[in-house]
Amino acid sequence: MLTSPPVSSATPHAEPSILQASDVSFGYRSRSTQPRALAVRNVSLAVPRGSFTGLLGPNGCGKTTLLKLLSGVLPPDSGRVTLSGQTLSEMSRRVVASRIACVPQETHPAFDYTCMEMVLMGRHPHLGPFQLEGPADIAIARDALAATGTVHLADRPYMTVSGGEKQRVVIAAALAQEGDVLLLDEPTASLDLGFQLEVAMLLKQLNRDRGVTMVLATHDLNLAASLCDTLVLMRDGSVLTQGATRDVLTPAAVRRLYDVDADVDFHHRAGHLTVVPCGRLRHEES
Amino acid sequence: MKSPEAAPSDTSRFGGNAPATAHADTTSGTLPIRSRVALTMGAFGALTVVACLTAPLVGGTPISLARALDRSIPFANNVDAQIFFIARLPRVLAGALVGSALAAAGVVFQAMLRNPLATPFTLGVSAGSSLGAMIAITFGATFGWGPLSPVPLASLVGASIAASLVYWLATRSGRAISTSVLLLAGVTLNSFFSALIMFVQYVADFARIAAAFRWLMGDLDVGSFEPLWGAMPLLLASYIIFALLPSSLNLLSLGNDAAASRGVDVARAQRLAFISASMATSAAVSIAGPIGFVGIVVPHLVRLIVGVDHRVVLPASALFGATFLVACDVLSRTLFSPVEIPVGVVTALIGGPFFLWLLVRRG
Repeated sequence: MLTSPPVSSATPHAEPSILQASDVSFGYRSRSTQPRALAVRNVSLAVPRGSFTGLLGPNGCGKTTLLKLLSGVLPPDSGRVTLSGQTLSEMSRRVVASRIACVPQETHPAFDYTCMEMVLMGRHPHLGPFQLEGPADIAIARDALAATGTVHLADRPYMTVSGGEKQRVVIAAALAQEGDVLLLDEPTASLDLGFQLEVAMLLKQLNRDRGVTMVLATHDLNLAASLCDTLVLMRDGSVLTQGATRDVLTPAAVRRLYDVDADVDFHHRAGHLTVVPCGRLRHEES
Repeated sequence: MKSPEAAPSDTSRFGGNAPATAHADTTSGTLPIRSRVALTMGAFGALTVVACLTAPLVGGTPISLARALDRSIPFANNVDAQIFFIARLPRVLAGALVGSALAAAGVVFQAMLRNPLATPFTLGVSAGSSLGAMIAITFGATFGWGPLSPVPLASLVGASIAASLVYWLATRSGRAISTSVLLLAGVTLNSFFSALIMFVQYVADFARIAAAFRWLMGDLDVGSFEPLWGAMPLLLASYIIFALLPSSLNLLSLGNDAAASRGVDVARAQRLAFISASMATSAAVSIAGPIGFVGIVVPHLVRLIVGVDHRVVLPASALFGATFLVACDVLSRTLFSPVEIPVGVVTALIGGPFFLWLLVRRG
């Protein structure tokens, strides 16, 4: 069933890891008296510099929480996350943000910012406390809008554009942040097929040409297969497996993650593995 | 701080498939932020200066600004100057300071709570402040401190108790402030303190009730500059913090995680926002009582004019709040002259319908 893909010559992993989680655990505080469940438990993970890492797993497996831990937005309860060897929780937010940009699932501003204003907010970590964006920052924001095909939205209120356009504007804001690591949480979930492909190409290009390290949490196995050189499979807050995409993405892995019977084949025209779900398995069968 | 490298002129910095635009010359409809800040500060600043110079000219005795400012006439002989500086300017400046503080505090609370309908009084600071003042008025407190007479002092004490209580409740269960707990605690504290205020009034005698009731309507007739000096340290401290906040407020209004991932220390920014806005509110209430609606009408009017970027909205609101309350106070003095209506009534009569319009428009 699994035809082995040609060995890819891209991205040698000799480089040391840029982002590393060591035995990281985190649980959300709950008000009830029950012992609080860990959303992420004892996760160790190395993201090689310049790699494109995919985070796969069922709903509620801790992907989003792990991304927040990797970006330092959440401090781990135990263990530590390091960026180029430095512990995130010991670095200032501004320094971290100038290197790590995030694209969350959804962004809901409380006020009616224009799309340009949303993108310019990506420049925040590069500005001093009293500094306002100058022409150079505006040029960067325009390039980011151009790269995501949203230049025409610059002056439109963010809240009035469509879901897919919103997501592209948020990606543009993350681009304007000019980090060397980009953490993406379901960036293409609300995009139509055309823009899914376009965003995927953009991410691939940024990864390949500019060496931006990518970590992508997604439910779209085919997107992950097309973009990621490394996959991390998560279930119930723990990492099941991590490794090269061609080794990890197997029918057995899909069954373990989702209780779904699927075919995984190398698609020659697309140039990557493809996953075709064939049926839902009862939990006991898996 | 690294300065952005120059972009290659032929290709887009980020690649992508859409054609990159040429840089500086492609203008969007809005001006760059630097010009917008300068422009709005200039315009609203000029408006504030005009308001503060013309408002003292309005009143029972007409006076001339030129004569009031004429330094060649000795002050003792210059009746216009005496009326301008001694009789009317303290009240006008009180209006400017209070209006500015309330409007700025409104902006900060709205961004921090991610709720455009929040006011400086949402979190119970003013209710605590009012309770303090009520107790001082009802029981005829006589202790003062420096330039602070008993009632403002008691109102500041009440405000700080209320603010500390709300803050403690909202930070008890986590690192960052929980905005939902903050809102709920504020609303609850507001009604709890209102009940205590009623209780205090119930046990007071009639003359005291009248005085207390008048205080609750808001009154800018401070009589001299002294009460302003009393509130000045708090006001100055809050404005210094306000100056640090605007870009963090922009990001906080996207949500805590989004703000943190763009480099905002969320817990610190929330703490600074809460403390500064509470200080400004309590200083304003200690000067003039709880004057409603300034903190919501002004920020929204300003947003209609200048957009929603807090680096423009916050200074513009601080300036326009001053103008707005000075103008409302002129109306309160002149509308039914010689009878004076409380300025809180004027702001409510303007603000209430405006607020409803805003709700309908949002819905």
